[in-house]
Amino acid sequence: MATTKQKILLPAILLANDLLDGDVVFWTERGWSIDPAEALVAGDEAAAIRLQEVAAAALARGTVVDAYLVDVTLRDDGLPVPNHFRERFKIAGPSIRQDLGKQAAFAHLRGRA
Amino acid sequence: MYRYDQFDEAFVRERVAQFRGQVARRIDGALTEDEFKPLRLKNGVYLQLHAYMLRIAIPYGTLSSVQLRQLALIGERYDRGYGHFTTRQNLQFNWPKLRDIPDILDLLADVGMHCIQTSGNCIRNTTADHFSGAAADEVEDPRPTAELIRQWSTMHPEFDYLPRKFKIAVTGAARDRAAIRAHDIGIQVVRHPVSGEVGYRLFVGGGLGRTPMIGKLVRDFLPKAHLLAYLQSLMRVYNLEGRRDNKYKARVKILVHEIGIEEFRARVEAEFAALDPAAIAADPDEVARIEAYFAAPAFATFPADSQRVVADRARDAAFDRWVETNTFPHRQPGYAAVTVSLKPVGGVPGDATSDQMRAVADLADAHSFGEIRVSHHQNLILPHVRQDELHALWTGLVAAGLAEANAGLITDIIACPGLDYCALATARSIPIAQAISRRFGSAERQREIGELGIKISGCINACGHHHVGHIGILGLEKSGQESYQVTLGGDATENAAIGQLLGPGITAEEVPDAIERLVGVYLAHRHDGETFAEAVRRLGIEPFKAGFLAPQPAEAAHAAA
Amino acid sequence: MPLLDAHGYRADPWRRIAAGEPATGDAVLVALADLPAVIAGRSNAQRIGVEVANTVRLPDLSAFLGQLDLVAIAFPAFNDGRAFSLARQLREAGFKGAVRAVGPVIADQFTHLVACGFDEVEVPDAIAARQPEAQWRGALASYGATYQTGYGAGASILERRRALRAGQGAAS
Repeated sequence: MATTKQKILLPAILLANDLLDGDVVFWTERGWSIDPAEALVAGDEAAAIRLQEVAAAALARGTVVDAYLVDVTLRDDGLPVPNHFRERFKIAGPSIRQDLGKQAAFAHLRGRA
Repeated sequence: MYRYDQFDEAFVRERVAQFRGQVARRIDGALTEDEFKPLRLKNGVYLQLHAYMLRIAIPYGTLSSVQLRQLALIGERYDRGYGHFTTRQNLQFNWPKLRDIPDILDLLADVGMHCIQTSGNCIRNTTADHFSGAAADEVEDPRPTAELIRQWSTMHPEFDYLPRKFKIAVTGAARDRAAIRAHDIGIQVVRHPVSGEVGYRLFVGGGLGRTPMIGKLVRDFLPKAHLLAYLQSLMRVYNLEGRRDNKYKARVKILVHEIGIEEFRARVEAEFAALDPAAIAADPDEVARIEAYFAAPAFATFPADSQRVVADRARDAAFDRWVETNTFPHRQPGYAAVTVSLKPVGGVPGDATSDQMRAVADLADAHSFGEIRVSHHQNLILPHVRQDELHALWTGLVAAGLAEANAGLITDIIACPGLDYCALATARSIPIAQAISRRFGSAERQREIGELGIKISGCINACGHHHVGHIGILGLEKSGQESYQVTLGGDATENAAIGQLLGPGITAEEVPDAIERLVGVYLAHRHDGETFAEAVRRLGIEPFKAGFLAPQPAEAAHAAA
Repeated sequence: MPLLDAHGYRADPWRRIAAGEPATGDAVLVALADLPAVIAGRSNAQRIGVEVANTVRLPDLSAFLGQLDLVAIAFPAFNDGRAFSLARQLREAGFKGAVRAVGPVIADQFTHLVACGFDEVEVPDAIAARQPEAQWRGALASYGATYQTGYGAGASILERRRALRAGQGAAS
């Protein structure tokens, strides 16, 4: 879990799992979304700290679980792609079943995770 | 098979209601996530990468056709039409929603099933030899013992908040098919060499994970009536003295290692001496009640070898291969135990669709007294099949895509879900299994290589039991990439051994070639009739290490190109 | 911190005595180190309790059990289960006084606590605020019977089966 003490890798997005559905959700300008393309990208430290505050508040409210910041690289089409392979799988879905997970729902994730 | 009586039924229904209430209290804030997490884990609910995961207990791996059909229904109604059979004889669904889980638990209770203690720091589902009650070599069916332990360990007031998870396995045979020495407690049903009395031999402190250890003998002979009191004593020593300062040192194996098996045994015996076993034990009538559920089915009398099978095998080469690898000698003449492989070449080890579950349930009704087992090799077993009906059964399995003739062979690979699903994983397991399976997929090649168990884990927690694989593969992260360590010489049987590391980690792409080289060393050096594991024991690790580290000229040329 | 037993929240009659403080009062709760002196200086009818960590072992307490009316065992965290075994050992050693859990235990553990020999829990305010009395009573009511013989007041499932068999045997 990210804390303000740790060095924040930028740019970053905030993701979590929905408490009731378990689905991976992303913090956007309008609250949580299931679409990574809508994720609010923090480009500087001040914006990332705001995301951490959102995470802390959301965990305290208990509507999501396992909320943390993930450092990303912006793809040419603007999609934030996590730099670590773990989060790339977490967002796309099982690499062995392209018919499952977000990769099945969102064309922008297919074949590029 | 065991069936719930009114008390079991009421108990499990209460637990469903309790969990429904806990979910509601999590939502309304009465429980924090930190408080709720251990409660949901004790009901088999994990949060994985993409979704929640629900692990359903299949006590000692025994299922009825009715139960398997209900699992198929749950898979369709609440999941994505498939489930994953695990190395602990359980079933996992990968996509349930927390809001639906109380309803799923009710559907499970309808068929005498639950998810209690399939996770969390408590006594987990008790496992047993998947050929129990069918194997010719057992002293006694271990399942009544396992069922007694299941009941005794369920929501045990004293042992529900242990330092760490606690796994118990039971075998009724000297030939260990339940990997008992890789468990926190391993129980072997034995006959006393002098008195002839049937009792138990107990091992403690086995376990894989970060610090793999083989279980040590803690009691050479325990009278059956003393089992629960002895387990209570042992669990109490662990609950009080097991380390809680470091989760990686909290398993009982570390306590046994740190204080020594003699001191551990002395502490258990001191607790045991202060207890009245009769006050804790199930009385003889209760034991008899449980045993009656595991009475042999109504076998008919047949000759030991079916002429029909001989004729069918002579006529059909594919059937012949399948009979050779996927049937196991039965105690009852004219019957066989059958392995239904969940390892199609290139497939996901242990996965079965809801349609396949229904097909197996129907075939179990037609050919195996409605009974199914789950093996820790992530396959299904039909334990009691008439040899005359093997061809009909095989035909049905072919239609369901479940007739892979590879039980015990190189493509019968054990693999944990790995980073394709698991939040704890450090690397993927399944694609590695698929690549090896495709590489060695030819029927002739597999048979030529013979018995060889590859086990793959996607992290140090070792759910894929890599330490005890003849070849073990461990997925780790190295410099931001998936990296795989390969071990050799592990063994999960009565010859239990921890595999030794062959060299530095390799990439996913390099794994099939590395396995190819190890197989090459074996084929070049094996004696007539010697299995891979036997050859490793005879030759030692060095020739394999040399083979592992030295790419073949063809590969080197390929890499240089 | 609020005190609760099977009947609900109630006033705590015990006074905690800090190290060096005179152990005066009708019911005093002291640390193990101070216990011999407090027992030696006990006034008539004064009730004495001891508050211990869950790492204390039964032999450390055995000599005092006959003098004690309360043993309070700390839970450093709700999922640190050592105190369940320690409470059981106190009961198996014949201790007849009250046993108290002190710390962040949750309502969902109440049945296990009672089954292992605890009579009461003293929980932090934050937990009492989130988990009102009804949740603790509800937790107790959520188990009709359990499998383990000798834990808790009611008959275990094994004992109920035996009674059922005896009844059926008598009826036939």
